Amino acid sequence: MTAYLVRRFAQFPVVLLLVTLFLFVIMRAIPGDPVYAMMGEPEESFDREALAAMREDLGLDQPLPVQYVDWLADLARGDLGSSFLYRQPVHEQLIDRVPVTAQVGLLSVGLAVLIGIPCGTIAAVKRNSPIDMLVTVVAMFGIAVPNFWFALLLIWVFVVWLGMLPATGFTAVWENPVDAFRTMAMPVTALGLTLSAAVMRHTRSSVLDVLHQDHVRTARAKGLPGGLVVTRHTLRNALLPVVTIIGVQLGTVLAGSIVIESIFALPGLGRLTIEAINGRDYPMVQGVVLLFTFMVLLVNLLTDLSYAILDPRIRYG
Amino acid sequence: MASEQMRTDVLEPGGAAALRSRRRFRPLYLARRHKLAAFAVVILAMMIIIAIFAPVLTPHDPAEADGRIRLESPSLTHPFGTDGFGRDVMTRVFYGARISLQVGGIAVLVAVFIGVPLGLVSGYAGGFTDAFIMRLVDAVLAFPGLLLALALVLALGPSIFNLMLALGIGVAPVYARLVRSQVLSLKERDFVLAARASGATDARIMFGHVLPNTYSSIIVASTLTMGVAILTEATLSFLGLGVRPPTPTWGGMLNEAGDLIYQSPYLMFFPGVAIFLATLSLNLLGDGLRDALDPNLRNRV
Repeated sequence: MTAYLVRRFAQFPVVLLLVTLFLFVIMRAIPGDPVYAMMGEPEESFDREALAAMREDLGLDQPLPVQYVDWLADLARGDLGSSFLYRQPVHEQLIDRVPVTAQVGLLSVGLAVLIGIPCGTIAAVKRNSPIDMLVTVVAMFGIAVPNFWFALLLIWVFVVWLGMLPATGFTAVWENPVDAFRTMAMPVTALGLTLSAAVMRHTRSSVLDVLHQDHVRTARAKGLPGGLVVTRHTLRNALLPVVTIIGVQLGTVLAGSIVIESIFALPGLGRLTIEAINGRDYPMVQGVVLLFTFMVLLVNLLTDLSYAILDPRIRYG
Repeated sequence: MASEQMRTDVLEPGGAAALRSRRRFRPLYLARRHKLAAFAVVILAMMIIIAIFAPVLTPHDPAEADGRIRLESPSLTHPFGTDGFGRDVMTRVFYGARISLQVGGIAVLVAVFIGVPLGLVSGYAGGFTDAFIMRLVDAVLAFPGLLLALALVLALGPSIFNLMLALGIGVAPVYARLVRSQVLSLKERDFVLAARASGATDARIMFGHVLPNTYSSIIVASTLTMGVAILTEATLSFLGLGVRPPTPTWGGMLNEAGDLIYQSPYLMFFPGVAIFLATLSLNLLGDGLRDALDPNLRNRV
């Protein structure tokens, strides 16, 4: 296992480097000179000398490999460049936006766990019963319903029809929990739906696997009450793969935040992504993509490591 | 294990005939065993027919705007009503099927053509080549799918073709990983050893012997990833960053419906149902095919 852990750790910087290279190529392939986008003015209105000076200043006159290495050096120092749109360093804008996305994302994951794990467990224990059927159907729907459509349906019911909730707005949980609940209810439900479905599905199949193992039969044979068999002997073993799935779903949460934050006008990273793309703010796009991929890679690494440590049965070749 | 059994049947005398006869009754057998998959096939077939025959099925043009009939409720002449420009919603949902199915289908083809050879070479060659390709795959997978598609469309320029390419590149790693894992076990098998002993070249072993054994899992993955591609396209178009208006797309229609949610909430019903049915039936079909073709694959895709 040590060899596996070492290899897994060694892979991390390699993949991260490839991600930066990939992103660099994508950003350089964008048609048009970034200098124009940066000035935010039509191309004709510049004089050539000022333009050349600016290109030199930004290092855009250097060969591409040199530009890449320079950019990496900046990244290593934590310098993500400055935003065209907000006229401030990219990292400051990112830090401002993180709490919103974190709140929506964590609440959605929490909702998914609260719904998914009990439902998945009950479905597995009462296999082939009507409850199992219901859970399976709900999970199937949850995976196929587009989250932005579900969000629109929620707005229609709770805003247009019942007038119970505000359509947009953001309140931090620690500032005003009641307002936060009112503004978070719809985004979190919309984002949590797909997640709940995934958690339900995986919990069900994982619990089913464990229920058929010898130690569960032994627990039943020695006369342990059914509830205890499920909670203490089954769930404890079954939830490990489910935790992995939640880790892997981080990408889904981040991608979902782009859509959900746009719909509900939440000032988080997802909405920032769309603003940056529409405003041709390339350093910002680059910064957001880098932050998202870095987080995905980091969480994947942590998930793999915890899995390797917590489940010694798995052999790594 | 069932597919394993069937592959060895071929080697035994009379096995081939048994396999043929089993194949002949398969569709019906499958339809009975997997009612949900059969339902999915019906829905998908209907969507394909609607996409192909859209101009015949509706008297209207998807771009034909008429200011006098803006936001009409469903009626006999306009069964799904009309939108904010007075266009027939049913016509636009029908033509939207064309975009969704084309984008989904071609994105999957792109992904197969990129991912399968990479996985094949990676698994077969091993060593440094394998490590390098797999790290590349890890790097692409680190990008949340939607974000990768957004960035690629930004770089390549907004067009339907570039969108297909972007979505294809996004799901290609799925095929690379899938095929690689299959090749790793296939290349140790006796029939590969036999081929090598009889003097077959690496290329012949890879494409003639190993690759055909991965087809069933590629087919399963194709249906599942086509659902992902269609959903991603719809999301991009909903955000206004995919297929541009006035081209009718389900995602784009929902974007417009969102702005009119106070006036005409029913506008968002049909395009949403269309996306939902497309993804649902592709998922159901994928699950059914997986059970039928390759039960070993259950937890892999």
